[in-house]
Amino acid sequence: MSQWADKQNLLLFEALKYDQPWTLDSYRKIGGYEVWEKMLAEKPTRESVIDAVKGSGLRGRGGAAFPTGMKWSFMPRNSPVQKYLVCNSDESEPGTCHDRDILRYTPHALIEGLAIGGYATNSTVAYNYIRGEFLGEPVPRFEAALKEAYAAGLLGRNIKGTGIDFDIYTFVGAGAYICGEETAMLDSLEGKPGKPRFKPPFPANFGLYGAPTTINNTQSFASVPAILRKGPEWFVQLGPKNAAGTVIFSVSGHVEKPANLELPLGIPFKDLLDLCGGVKGGAKLKAVIPGGLSVPVVPGDVMLKTNMDYDSLKAVGSAIGSAGVIVMDETTCMVRVLERITRFYKSESCGQCTPCREGTGWMNRLVKRILAGDARREELGLLLDVAGRIEGHTICGFGDASAWPVQSALKHFRHEFEYMIDHGGRSMVSDQLGAKAA
Amino acid sequence: MSTQTKPGALGADSKLKLLTAATRHEIDEWVKKFPPGRQRSATISALRAVQEQNHGFLTPELMDAVAEYLNLPPIQVYEVATFYSMFETHPCGRHHVSICTNLSCMLNGAEDLVAHAEKKLGIKLNQSTPDKRIFLKREEECLAACTGAPMMMVDHVFHEYLTPEKVDKILDELK
Repeated sequence: MSQWADKQNLLLFEALKYDQPWTLDSYRKIGGYEVWEKMLAEKPTRESVIDAVKGSGLRGRGGAAFPTGMKWSFMPRNSPVQKYLVCNSDESEPGTCHDRDILRYTPHALIEGLAIGGYATNSTVAYNYIRGEFLGEPVPRFEAALKEAYAAGLLGRNIKGTGIDFDIYTFVGAGAYICGEETAMLDSLEGKPGKPRFKPPFPANFGLYGAPTTINNTQSFASVPAILRKGPEWFVQLGPKNAAGTVIFSVSGHVEKPANLELPLGIPFKDLLDLCGGVKGGAKLKAVIPGGLSVPVVPGDVMLKTNMDYDSLKAVGSAIGSAGVIVMDETTCMVRVLERITRFYKSESCGQCTPCREGTGWMNRLVKRILAGDARREELGLLLDVAGRIEGHTICGFGDASAWPVQSALKHFRHEFEYMIDHGGRSMVSDQLGAKAA
Repeated sequence: MSTQTKPGALGADSKLKLLTAATRHEIDEWVKKFPPGRQRSATISALRAVQEQNHGFLTPELMDAVAEYLNLPPIQVYEVATFYSMFETHPCGRHHVSICTNLSCMLNGAEDLVAHAEKKLGIKLNQSTPDKRIFLKREEECLAACTGAPMMMVDHVFHEYLTPEKVDKILDELK
């Protein structure tokens, strides 16, 4: 694995080599705020900043992988109205926990990224929406960094006498997965229940308080300063075609050393697994969810031949999503896994669209029947039918995300579901009754 | 109940006196972050402050007080209080214990930990101990500490790489 040793922590986690990476001093040591200060001094055109981000090939790290520079270009930056930037730190995708580490360990990279994004889109106010459960550690860490940045004259009104204004405010949520959906987040910021809005209009035209708004994920913003410091071309060459740069992989589940690892996109899954010490206890790999709970599950033998980038994962029917990599060994009962997954979507559906509100509960009840030994084989068809009636029929992507795990589990592991139905709820994997299987 | 009563001119049914000075100060700080007239944006933070003031749960009177303080119709506060999982609208224990059971934690034995905690405390998920010391919260949601699985959150503190022994120690230390 030595070939990856010098390719770790190139951007986001670069400051982690210092004792207290979260301080302004540590961030300055890696060249932090150089880009922002140069921008304040030289006032480049906003278009040139957007073009540089476009040229880097940076794609949104929250899960949808939309090109960041292109998103910025949608803002009506010459319009005289108030414009907003919103940072999505509502990290809740199961299996994903790297934004928490950005907030805890390198908050200044995020602050500088927000300042640059604010300049590029001509937005003078940013809200960092942090999930409520992060109140204990990530929120105070981010707030302390903000305080340092203000004290250093890097934020505020008429920064360093340039006439440029940029303020950042922390917002703290209160527990709702759906608020990670960008328009639900805007409603939540407005003090409402977080329910996704119809698009169009898109946030760039009608966002927070009806004003033009750009929403990006924490990691997307935090990647920008290093991209501009080291050059868009440098970023492009780190990864394969269509997959520029590095991402932080959260590797969890059945691995020896679960970890957040920043590595170039395109790393073979096998190498990533090896960097985490392999499958726990040396067991055989069974399946991997490569991009957070919402992306389709992939059989282990396929994953061992797949690279971690957009096109490679698409080719095996999945996606890199939020880069939350959940590893499952051969003792894992896929029926139990699917029950847990469907329970999550049932619990987190905001209830706005009927197919999702009713369908997520229905799917969970069907899987529960299988576990209880009460199901018939034709109910697998019903399960897929319900999934298909949710997919594509809801306001936001949550509905699709609830359907994909069901469809992929039945595609790759149908025999386990059939076995359990035929054997009165006994798991094929552990020969235990479903409710008690591994 | 009147929602239009201005602070300083309390009607007989005003709930504003239920808010402590510390809570009011906290709400004021949040209101400052938003543009004038957008104080509704402070609803979530106000409810958090009030829930903390009340040692772990919201009451209809406290929600009304928040509505009155922010000059909002009470329904706008109720709908927020009932939508977000960190708000409790029924009496419960003062320490909120949330054991994550989502996939990464489940694969690492979270459900055994839930069973362990339930047995130790003599209560089920979504129940509080009779002395109101601990509320074993129903937790469906991933708390974003998957690389430290299994994990739980106690009030706002994350505890990772849990074992039954660690859970015992953490629970025993809650006053």
